[in-house]
Amino acid sequence: MTTTENNPAHTRSMHRASGVKLKLTLRDIAQMIFFALLIRPFMALFIGLRVRGREHLTETEPFILIANHSSHLDTISLLSLFPIHRLRYVRPVAAADYFERSRRVSLLTRTLFNILPIARKSITPENNPLRRMQEAIEAGYSLIIFPEGTRGEGGEMGRFRAGAAHLLEKMPGVPVIPAYLVNMGRSLPKGELIPVPFFCEVRLGAPRVIGGARQDIVRSLESAVRELKEID
Amino acid sequence: MNMLAALKSISPVWRMGLLVLSVLVIATIAVAVIRRAKPQKDFSELAARVRAWWVMAVVFFGAIAVSDLFSLIFFAFLSFWAMKEYITLLETRPADHKALVLTFLAIPVQYFWIALPGRGPWYGMFIIFIPVFMFLILPVRLMLSKETVGFVRSASQIQWGLMAFVFGLSHLAFLLTVPSIPGTNATGRTLVLFLVFVVEMSDVLQYIWGKTLGRHKIIPAISPNKTWEGFLGGIASATLLSLAIRFLTPFSILETIIVSLMITVAGFGGGAVMSAVKRDFGVKDFGSVIPGHGGMLDRVDSLCYAAPIFFHYVRYFHSWD
Repeated sequence: MTTTENNPAHTRSMHRASGVKLKLTLRDIAQMIFFALLIRPFMALFIGLRVRGREHLTETEPFILIANHSSHLDTISLLSLFPIHRLRYVRPVAAADYFERSRRVSLLTRTLFNILPIARKSITPENNPLRRMQEAIEAGYSLIIFPEGTRGEGGEMGRFRAGAAHLLEKMPGVPVIPAYLVNMGRSLPKGELIPVPFFCEVRLGAPRVIGGARQDIVRSLESAVRELKEID
Repeated sequence: MNMLAALKSISPVWRMGLLVLSVLVIATIAVAVIRRAKPQKDFSELAARVRAWWVMAVVFFGAIAVSDLFSLIFFAFLSFWAMKEYITLLETRPADHKALVLTFLAIPVQYFWIALPGRGPWYGMFIIFIPVFMFLILPVRLMLSKETVGFVRSASQIQWGLMAFVFGLSHLAFLLTVPSIPGTNATGRTLVLFLVFVVEMSDVLQYIWGKTLGRHKIIPAISPNKTWEGFLGGIASATLLSLAIRFLTPFSILETIIVSLMITVAGFGGGAVMSAVKRDFGVKDFGSVIPGHGGMLDRVDSLCYAAPIFFHYVRYFHSWD
């Protein structure tokens, strides 16, 4: 295992770059209002979201939040966990070919969710996803990454892809927060428009610094999320 | 004597509020005394339960005192939350999704019939919407998803939940909006207070009798904590207590006793049925929204059974139409 959660040499670097202050834009305010008035009441009263390990979110910044993926609710519920004034520091990494498929969808996802669109196909030096993510972290953003790369079906977690590991290899020392999301895929599965209010849960793990060879990082990320799946 | 006269002059709803307040104060003091008497034993769950009762009593009185519309929204939300707890524990199939959306849409619709003016014509709709229309529509929606494996199970378990938690509980809301029972002081509001107080007190008293004197298990395969002593002691003492709040009802003394026995036994049936459901799901509680009690369903389980029984008793024998 390459997890070095308790290694003091790494804990120092965990607080790197925190304290960066991003300017408040109109977009940020729109997002804050959207979350305060719609998303949070929706999560509390309709979904009845339960959160375990919420304290892990405020320990360090920036971070990379890694989670399993089965629903559009995943991103929304993860974003709903942050204090409203920290919301603009968190960007979900999202597939450009899907979330930028039309002007309208793109405007919506960029404005309300502050997505970091990345290319899945026809990658050029300009749109290189790694570079985009690296730049975002250097600018002071934290990222939400779903390493499965797409929404899974039937409640089983898919294999993790190497993108997030690649990023961690380039930026060692950025802490990872693992998360496991329960029942989101039941509430709003792929291909459905209207959610069914199953109770959903977010389980967050302690932030950790993960290093090593790329394949080791992939494995560590996957087992960190799987570990949270097992607890009950 | 003056105090008693003053008490008689305030409205039945407020008189009931004072009564509940004194019950809660007594319960709180009792728990504090027990804790001091036996400091070595852990009574934190008991204390949490009593605290939760304070919150529930305040919320409930608030919900039924503000306005009819507010009460309806409150009861609709109870049904919604209960249904959420139920379906989360169900084994659902991906093919059930659209039928489940319909199921949840049925909740506001069922309460909408109650909100409509002119109760007479809409009572019919209220009483057949779920048992007839939803019963026919849901399987059609399930059939359209073209998945036959587990079809009957899905259709049955969804309809069962709708009947118990939406249809059953909505009787409380309908009863609440009944203006007045001819020739008495009783209104829908006072009847709901009577029903909820007797059924919930019966739950609490069954628990207390069972904990203190319980020896003989009544349904060990379903709920090992339920005893004959708890059952009999609970319904007897709740029935006795109901005589103290007869001012909320149009009933004579004998009738109050009969009605209270009926609803406490029905409430026990509801609680036991929900225990069987929990057994089937392999869980102890339906959720964790109410500290010390579990989920919303763990609190309203007896009412799901008692409410329709009480409602139809009153409607038949003290018809308001």
